[in-house]
Amino acid sequence: MTMRRRGSLLSRTFGVPALIAAFSSVGLIAALIGDGALDLLSWIGLGVPVAAIAWAVLFRRS
Amino acid sequence: MMRQGALRAWMFVHKWTSLISTLILLMLFVTGLPLIFHDEIDAALGEQQWTPANPGGPLLSYDEILARALENRPGEVPLFMSFDIDRPVVNVTTGPTPDAAEADMHFASFDHTSGALVPPHEPDGGVMHFLLQLHTDMLLGLPGMLFLGAMGVLLVASIVSGVVVYAPFMRRHDFGVLRVSRSPRVKWLDYHNLLGIVTVAWVLVVGLTGVINTLATPILDLWKYDALRDLTAEHNGAARTPQQARSLHAAILRAEAAAPGMTLQFVAFPGGSFSTDRHYAIFLHGETPLTTHLITPVLIDAETGAFDGLRDMPWYAKALSLSKPLHFGDYGGLPLKLLWALLDLASIVILASGVYLWLAKARALAPAEAADEAPAPMAAE
Repeated sequence: MTMRRRGSLLSRTFGVPALIAAFSSVGLIAALIGDGALDLLSWIGLGVPVAAIAWAVLFRRS
Repeated sequence: MMRQGALRAWMFVHKWTSLISTLILLMLFVTGLPLIFHDEIDAALGEQQWTPANPGGPLLSYDEILARALENRPGEVPLFMSFDIDRPVVNVTTGPTPDAAEADMHFASFDHTSGALVPPHEPDGGVMHFLLQLHTDMLLGLPGMLFLGAMGVLLVASIVSGVVVYAPFMRRHDFGVLRVSRSPRVKWLDYHNLLGIVTVAWVLVVGLTGVINTLATPILDLWKYDALRDLTAEHNGAARTPQQARSLHAAILRAEAAAPGMTLQFVAFPGGSFSTDRHYAIFLHGETPLTTHLITPVLIDAETGAFDGLRDMPWYAKALSLSKPLHFGDYGGLPLKLLWALLDLASIVILASGVYLWLAKARALAPAEAADEAPAPMAAE
């Protein structure tokens, strides 16, 4: 398999998980840095993995 | 494409790191769930609301509080003074000698507005305290803590290897696939993969910070050793018990002036294990969510009242301080705690489904399912 193909497979497999991990990380750090808007940002960030689970359970069951 | 041999090695790592640690991790995630809401549960379980004698009124000086505490414990010396965060209460720990053992210490709380004794906290209902002990060291002290730390290391290895073996499983599927109408094994494999990959960042952070927390005792010992060595080098031969201690109140004001924008947290009196023989060690913390966990000790000469230095925490003590909120999730209000709880529940499902998948595989494999289950990088697309 060529490198190019492998790259696309990698992004297909880990693209969405990487995005979710990035949101989670922002969420984990935001509330530590400040209050108010940063708390809100942290709820959104860590809400993303929870929302992804809910989405899969609601719409991806087959 | 990952080679077959490498994949087998990662599978081996994922299987065994998980199997060895699963029971312990299940215990940690189950006891951790109520601990997320420790404050709320404690508040709900009674604790009759205490109110200060003069709410909003002027505060007594720290010297007056100290005098009141020593009146109550004749013949004893002060060891520590600490300050409640959400109410005007000063706590004073006394003991027969400056280096008294923990069992000989006496802890009392005083109304900062009147100097009256504040009734001690309810003994915690027992249950939450027991859960915390179980979660921290399984009631086994330092060896228990270090053992749980080792389990945390296995968790991290299990997550990393889990991410690697996720790839071949998902080659023929899109993200989020949940084949619930197939066999239970396929169904739970999909749940295991989905929940596992989605919670990776959170579980990694909770796992790593948990490992750091298990090292709290050696880290604090090292900090104390480092700081003390530093000091004795600076005040070589000058160590002596102060003859006549100067005003504690003045010392605290002096320390607060030396560390602007910081809040008083804790005072260690001369001769104890958190100070030197001649200093008040006055610990202050920052005021933002980030710096509130970072403590700066200021040393004030108890005899002369002179400012004798301020030391920021070394990096390893800072790492420990920041590991606490990141592990317990108590730094972003109730919504963050609720998300923490949901992710904790997801982790319990990951662990349980992992055990189920291992047991199901140990039983006879149906050939059709084996094709789904086996990571088959060579399979036709």
